[in-house]
Amino acid sequence: MNLHHTAVAGTLESSDVLVTVSPGESGIVLSLQSTVIREFGRQIEQTVRRVLEKHEVTDCEITLVDHGAIDCTLEARVECAIFRAADREDRLPWR
Amino acid sequence: MRNSIGREIPAQFLRGGREVYQGPFYREGYIYQKAAPSVRASVSPRASKVVSSLTEAIIKCGLRDGMCVSFHHHFRDGDYVLCMVMDAIAALGIKDITICASSLGDAHTSIVKYMEDGTITGISSSGVRGAIGEAISLGKLKTPAMIRSHGGRVRAIECGDIHIDIAFIGAPTSDCTGNARGKGGKSDCGVLSYSAVDARYADHVVVVTDCLVEFPNLPASIQGIDVDYVVVVDEVGDPTKITNATLRYTTDPRELMIADYAARIMRHTPYFRDGFSFQTGGGGPSLAVTRFLRPYMEELGIKMGFAMGGITRPIVELLEAGFIRMVVDAQDFDLASVKSVNSCPNHVEITTAQYANPLNKGAFVNRLDYVILGALEVDLDFHVNVVTGSDGIIRGAPGGHVDTSAGSRCSIIVTPLCRSRIPTIRDRVLTVTTPGETVDIVVTEVGVAVNPRRPDLLEALRDAPVPILTIEELKERAYALVGIPDPIRFTERVVALIEYRDGTIIDVVYQIAE
Amino acid sequence: MMFLNTQRAGLVKDAFVYGADSIILDLEDAVAENQKDSARFSLFHTLKSGLYDGTECFVRINGTDTRYWREDIRAAVAGNCDGIRVPKCETASDIHLVEDEIAKAETEFGIAPGSTLIMAAIESPRGVINALELASCTPRLMGIALGAGDYIRTLHAKMTEGAEAMLLARAQIVLAARAADVMCFDAVHTDIDDEEGLVRQTTLIRNMGFDGKSIISPKQIAAVHRIFTPEQAEIVKAERLISTYMDNKRTGVGVFTVDGQMVDVAMLEGAQRTLRLAKASGAYKGDME
Repeated sequence: MNLHHTAVAGTLESSDVLVTVSPGESGIVLSLQSTVIREFGRQIEQTVRRVLEKHEVTDCEITLVDHGAIDCTLEARVECAIFRAADREDRLPWR
Repeated sequence: MRNSIGREIPAQFLRGGREVYQGPFYREGYIYQKAAPSVRASVSPRASKVVSSLTEAIIKCGLRDGMCVSFHHHFRDGDYVLCMVMDAIAALGIKDITICASSLGDAHTSIVKYMEDGTITGISSSGVRGAIGEAISLGKLKTPAMIRSHGGRVRAIECGDIHIDIAFIGAPTSDCTGNARGKGGKSDCGVLSYSAVDARYADHVVVVTDCLVEFPNLPASIQGIDVDYVVVVDEVGDPTKITNATLRYTTDPRELMIADYAARIMRHTPYFRDGFSFQTGGGGPSLAVTRFLRPYMEELGIKMGFAMGGITRPIVELLEAGFIRMVVDAQDFDLASVKSVNSCPNHVEITTAQYANPLNKGAFVNRLDYVILGALEVDLDFHVNVVTGSDGIIRGAPGGHVDTSAGSRCSIIVTPLCRSRIPTIRDRVLTVTTPGETVDIVVTEVGVAVNPRRPDLLEALRDAPVPILTIEELKERAYALVGIPDPIRFTERVVALIEYRDGTIIDVVYQIAE
Repeated sequence: MMFLNTQRAGLVKDAFVYGADSIILDLEDAVAENQKDSARFSLFHTLKSGLYDGTECFVRINGTDTRYWREDIRAAVAGNCDGIRVPKCETASDIHLVEDEIAKAETEFGIAPGSTLIMAAIESPRGVINALELASCTPRLMGIALGAGDYIRTLHAKMTEGAEAMLLARAQIVLAARAADVMCFDAVHTDIDDEEGLVRQTTLIRNMGFDGKSIISPKQIAAVHRIFTPEQAEIVKAERLISTYMDNKRTGVGVFTVDGQMVDVAMLEGAQRTLRLAKASGAYKGDME
């Protein structure tokens, strides 16, 4: 999937994560700030990369400011951000 | 060396008779000689104790490198005294000071610089929050901090494990000889329970007040006969942060649900009868439990014999409504409790020694039926951690947790299953502060686990309207929600020792790896 | 049935613990216009997470007059929700429109055809008048629910403490639901701190015959449950009625008395319903049915 512009999803509330994605040049550039980084940083990064791979996003800059979002929230916010960046709102591949 | 709950305590910390933890009541019958201070006589009838500045008091007491100074935290987040004193000590160029505090918090953030420049090299405290906890966890303190419960701090002072050279006692009111009270003045904090032991065991005692009153200031919590100097300052604290004007009841449905479960449990356990005794912490769900008790007491037509602890409005309201015969007060959290202890004859100040010292002959905690307590983490052995966050950083306070949990007939931990993504119920707590042997019931919003060591309670709760699970099931529910946390990485360096209330070492905290 | 703002991560992660009988994951009014897409992602992943397994989950989609509702249905069906709550229903064709989209989505995402239920929300005078038509327009339709805010507004009525303006609509909805043999649910009580009003209104609609009430906060669960749970006296009476009936049935007596009251077969059904409800709410642990 091609990203056209920068897009944001999520909030800075507790248990949520603010995700910003921008089209990138080479690979995935991931930056993570999290209140739970010591115990979950590795798993958060893993989930983010899995979601990007699922939607074939190969080149992007992605920044996450996490306040302890659980996995399903994280997936939702990342997907929302990349589909916004790709200007796609309908007929999405729900899987 | 491994202690009786399997925590490894490095041998270097087991010198001078210090032992590893060997069970909550290991020191039954222990013989010890109480410490005594070296004091300077004050014979001359006309000599004045009032000095013009903290600096003068420090110099007159002869503070030197390597000494120990003590403080209380009745002024909570509004305390100015500790930082004022440390500024004065640093300005005199004195180094290598140990602070023996009843707790350290956000009011004391500015002393981190003194940990970095060597002014402060030791800390003994019942709680370490905020930036100081972070600094300790990052290894900025030269020697390991000693974390002691409220009762444990009194014990350590009385046994001479820690010797206070100068006690600085912030007081809302004092007379010219140092008879000091928690009551009156502009920084009214109700009681001065934590400082009673400091006044009697420190070599030098300095009362710091912003309200000098006419002699005699009675009944006094701190006796003028123990006081060397009185310093009058502009302000000992920020009254708005000393006592919350209105302590808000939680409206969080999850916390209310937890509190509701805890009250139902109390209702269905055998100690819930006329004359029962009760203590609760000041946290959201703990505080809310008090509110749920009244209907049950009405239903059964019973009254509480005594309520104890940090006192808050819900307890005061029950007292005023005639549901409590006596309130026993070691700290006040809000205006309602301060007002009550100042005016109500059935609301009485006690010292922290009376409250919780495990070695004395009449600790009030031993008379508790129920205590409601919080937790940062609880594990499958029912061990509780109230000191380190799951990120490994020191951010909590054992306070009276350890003492009341051991003393009470039924200790109830109330905690959400998870906090944001952090599971509270987990395989193994990072740091043991309160051993599982003294923890009876864990209450979360998804269900309640009873310690298998208490089959009697499990039986009593069989028909209680609460979901009963095992602690393993609670853990599974937590992990299903948030995932399994990765282990935290630490360095080899110990930054804090967790002393059990009897003086043995129950756990250590390592410096976190960057 | 508790409404839940699907966009709010902090709510979604634990709304299932409070014991609501059904959760309505809301994509409509609770969600800001510029977050409709975001709420949908949150919906899908929440349903997929397994957190809500064992909790009945309905999804309130946006109205068929918006550009969101078709994608709402795709996300909800793909997530395998129990049902769709359709807002602002007025005629059977509104429901059929939604039903077609649901069927397409069930095929697309491999969900058992016909398994996604529909709840029709009635929020206008026309909808109230057409309640029976709505309640009986498809086998997917499991119940009808009253929406108060829009109804009162379009009626030019005023909401009062006694909610007199709701009376006709409430009566009509119960009638239609019973005639069509579906369930019916009352509107939300918007003031979450007004427990007294909630209790009064819930008691009223329970006595009118409603099967449940929509709520907006976990704080309202206990009161609604308390009111809908049969009292011990009702349970005892129902038990006695059923056992007497069974005894008499064996001996061939059709009409008899219990506690001096004449009883016939018509009352049996009510007694059985009381016991079923009592059992479901945990107030009855016996084995009579």
